[in-house]
Amino acid sequence: MATTSVTPNATPEVQASHSKPRSTWERMKEYRWSYLFIAPYMLIFTVFTVIPVIWAMFLSLTYYNMIQPPVWVRFENYIRLFADDQLFYLAVKNTFYFSIVTGPLGYCLSLILAWLINEVKYRKLYTLIYYIPSITSGVAMAVIWMYLYNGSKYGLLNYLLLKWGIIEEPVLWLKNVKTTLPAIMVTSIWMSMGTSFLVFIAALQGVPHELYEAALIDGATRWQEFWHITLPMIRPALLFGAVMTVVSSFQVFDLTMVMAGFPSTLYCAHTIVGHLYDYAFLRFEMGYASAIAIVLFLMTYIISSVLRRVLSSKDL
Amino acid sequence: MSAKKRKAPTRGKAVERVTTGQIVIYAILTLGAIIMSLPIVYMISTAFKPVTELLLYPPRFLVRVPTTKNFSDLALAMSSTDTPFIRYIFNSAFVSTIVVCGTIILATLAAYPLAKHKFPGKEFIFNLIVSALMISGHVTMIPRYLVIRNTGWIDTYYALIIPALAGSYGLFLMKQFIEPIPNEMLESAKMDGASEWKIFTHIILPLCKPAWATLSIFTFIGTWNDFFTPLIMTKSDSMKTLPLAMRTISDGTTIARMGAAAAGSFLTTIPVILVFIFFQRYVVETMTYSGMKG
Repeated sequence: MATTSVTPNATPEVQASHSKPRSTWERMKEYRWSYLFIAPYMLIFTVFTVIPVIWAMFLSLTYYNMIQPPVWVRFENYIRLFADDQLFYLAVKNTFYFSIVTGPLGYCLSLILAWLINEVKYRKLYTLIYYIPSITSGVAMAVIWMYLYNGSKYGLLNYLLLKWGIIEEPVLWLKNVKTTLPAIMVTSIWMSMGTSFLVFIAALQGVPHELYEAALIDGATRWQEFWHITLPMIRPALLFGAVMTVVSSFQVFDLTMVMAGFPSTLYCAHTIVGHLYDYAFLRFEMGYASAIAIVLFLMTYIISSVLRRVLSSKDL
Repeated sequence: MSAKKRKAPTRGKAVERVTTGQIVIYAILTLGAIIMSLPIVYMISTAFKPVTELLLYPPRFLVRVPTTKNFSDLALAMSSTDTPFIRYIFNSAFVSTIVVCGTIILATLAAYPLAKHKFPGKEFIFNLIVSALMISGHVTMIPRYLVIRNTGWIDTYYALIIPALAGSYGLFLMKQFIEPIPNEMLESAKMDGASEWKIFTHIILPLCKPAWATLSIFTFIGTWNDFFTPLIMTKSDSMKTLPLAMRTISDGTTIARMGAAAAGSFLTTIPVILVFIFFQRYVVETMTYSGMKG
């Protein structure tokens, strides 16, 4: 075994590089305080996050209706999901459509606005105004947007479009199969200047000023400056924002459920999480719903990993 | 070069370009800001509209003769379910406050060793927590529901509070914040014979206060606005939180009832906005830490 040369002091070395190998058990004893500090968090984290993830994997391979014990069915749920469930494909299609539009758009808007705000005075005021929609309750604001989108001529949007002669008769924005999802996307983008937006602003303020001065002396244009200095300097923030955006846009459910109703007209706003909710908490098919959850997890995980690869090699 | 010290990048040479550029930026930002605030203004305006104005054609954006009747209507409208609207406000406020306090305690305790100690398993634990950042809450929701069902916590405050205490974002933020605290400070305390607990309470805790402001805000907002957790964890009307109550109100809302619904939205969103405005100055400073510096 490794030569043990135990240091007399029993308290942990604070970040000091310890090259002397000792047995793991001894080191664990040495760091008992660390474990004590972390124990309460880890207990809850394990019970309500780690175990559920593993349990969801197990359940996805069973038939479980919460009355009888789970029955092992192997990959039947997944086969049914991919081979038979037309509604699932619709949910995937809608979720992707929603994510591909709102994700990049919200992300780019956040970045551009953060960049513009960083160039002016009254930064705090502008930040506040753009940020506020993202901290409002989606459900509460959905009610207001539903009023704006109201299908009769009393709806403000319909009224204005009628007045300007863009439409001939009132549009049932949240009932029409074609307009429902786009209408919800607008609301979602309105709410999308959130955490990533703040992280961008903080990161932009952290870019050393000397770099811009140097670029200025070299005669760089604003665009070159943005592309060659700003973006590389805030890369960790860009990565963080991208991952957050993907994860949140794939979770879309609150807005669609409230605005389009559940189920929506011809399932035109049916999403993956909506499908999961339907099977888990309305039909109580926990095994099948778990399979949906695992598929959703794999999708977000794969896309997040690809983004991490693309945007960074070491951070996060 | 005698470039003036300014916060925003300046171009000393082409004065004209700067000013026109600046004006364009201000114009874009202001126009955007107006568009962004329209729905909020509309909500506030509608919340104070009397029925006559709600039924007006053509519809008006702003209120003319403001009234508080919608708020009293709201109390009435909900009374059919035997639960006064104030109960939802209480539920939301109570759950959010407890989750904020608990998260601060647990996240700070756990972040200290993760940031400053090199105990076996640290990498593993940290990677686990970072991975959890990328897992949507819906994946764990089914087993989480089953766990809570087994403990008999369904339709209690426990179901809304306990699982929320171990959010990975809070821990991550605190860890990033504690990491830059100089090691020499901790080491010299150790030389003087301070215990780990003493180092934590006397050195780490006082330095963590700015991060707590940020952590509190985000935890508060997240819990207050959470829709999915109470949707599946609560059953009775008296356990519902504001977002769930808003969903009930939104079902089949006619134009005439819109005033009460807007009043509900008002009560749901305004507290959060006020809390944020109050703490805003701490937030952007601390956000630097959650931006994962390389």
